[in-house]
Amino acid sequence: MWKAKIQVTLKKSVLDPQGATVEKALKALGYDNIGDVRVGKYLEVVVEGKDNEEVEEQVVEMCQRLLTNPVIEDYTFEVTEV
Amino acid sequence: MKFGVVVFPGSNCDLDSYYMVKDVLKQPVEYLWHRDKDLKGVDCVILPGGFTYGDYLRPGAIAGFSPLVESVKEFAHKGGLVLGICNGFQVLTEAGLLPGALYLNISLQFRCVFTYLKVENNRTPFTNLTEDRALKIPVAHGDGNYYADPETLTELEKNGRIVFRYCNPEGEVTKEANPNGSLDNIAGICNEKGNVLGMMPHPERAGEELLGSDDGKIIFDSILKFWGEN
Repeated sequence: MWKAKIQVTLKKSVLDPQGATVEKALKALGYDNIGDVRVGKYLEVVVEGKDNEEVEEQVVEMCQRLLTNPVIEDYTFEVTEV
Repeated sequence: MKFGVVVFPGSNCDLDSYYMVKDVLKQPVEYLWHRDKDLKGVDCVILPGGFTYGDYLRPGAIAGFSPLVESVKEFAHKGGLVLGICNGFQVLTEAGLLPGALYLNISLQFRCVFTYLKVENNRTPFTNLTEDRALKIPVAHGDGNYYADPETLTELEKNGRIVFRYCNPEGEVTKEANPNGSLDNIAGICNEKGNVLGMMPHPERAGEELLGSDDGKIIFDSILKFWGEN
């Protein structure tokens, strides 16, 4: 069994209204040294598969077909054996 | 002319659309269940507003894979008329029938207000009866912020595929008139052939003066006119 941990964020070229609002709030709390806040999504998927390579291939496919919208979102992931 | 209104779990403007066609337009209309494949011989498919599958993951993402949407894709590719309203527009982008994406309003607020729309292309099956004035049609959404990459925007612009832009009552496209942060004030776009339209505002909620505006009826009357001529 493998666990895929997937992070989804809006592309750099896409304005992130949530990130901008969180950034303002952090600054209002006195954190003047912060910037570029981006709010994203975190997904976990347990996958059965032969090896790491096979599972990663499937995770990429799932990200492209459903889990992310490639028009506005980027993703990164890691796969670990569980 | 026969219309079909798609019903997904979480649709909430299906009855409004049904009412608009049956009682205001006086045309035959049927509901189309999302798990069926049969389009029941309709001439125009309406994907109504709402929150399909609770908007889980992204608005319209899961609905884009339903069996009925597969049939709608085939229907659209053959030139069938498809009107996606609000969540229906989101479904059309997620299903790949229209380019770009709709995401969180820049204000982070759900906006439920009357908007004015400048008609940028009056040669589509959905706008052929519009005149040179802004249409008063309401929006009600939290995710209507239209985004497309610069190449796509240029292509849409060049080929008259930007059908509606948010404007003020005088018809001027201004930043203040934009309710959600959409790029270039985009409120509605069509596909290359012009037979698929997606729009965030709700024409079915503006079909009678009693509701504050009957400008939405112009969209439906345009569809009938197009159908009569073809």
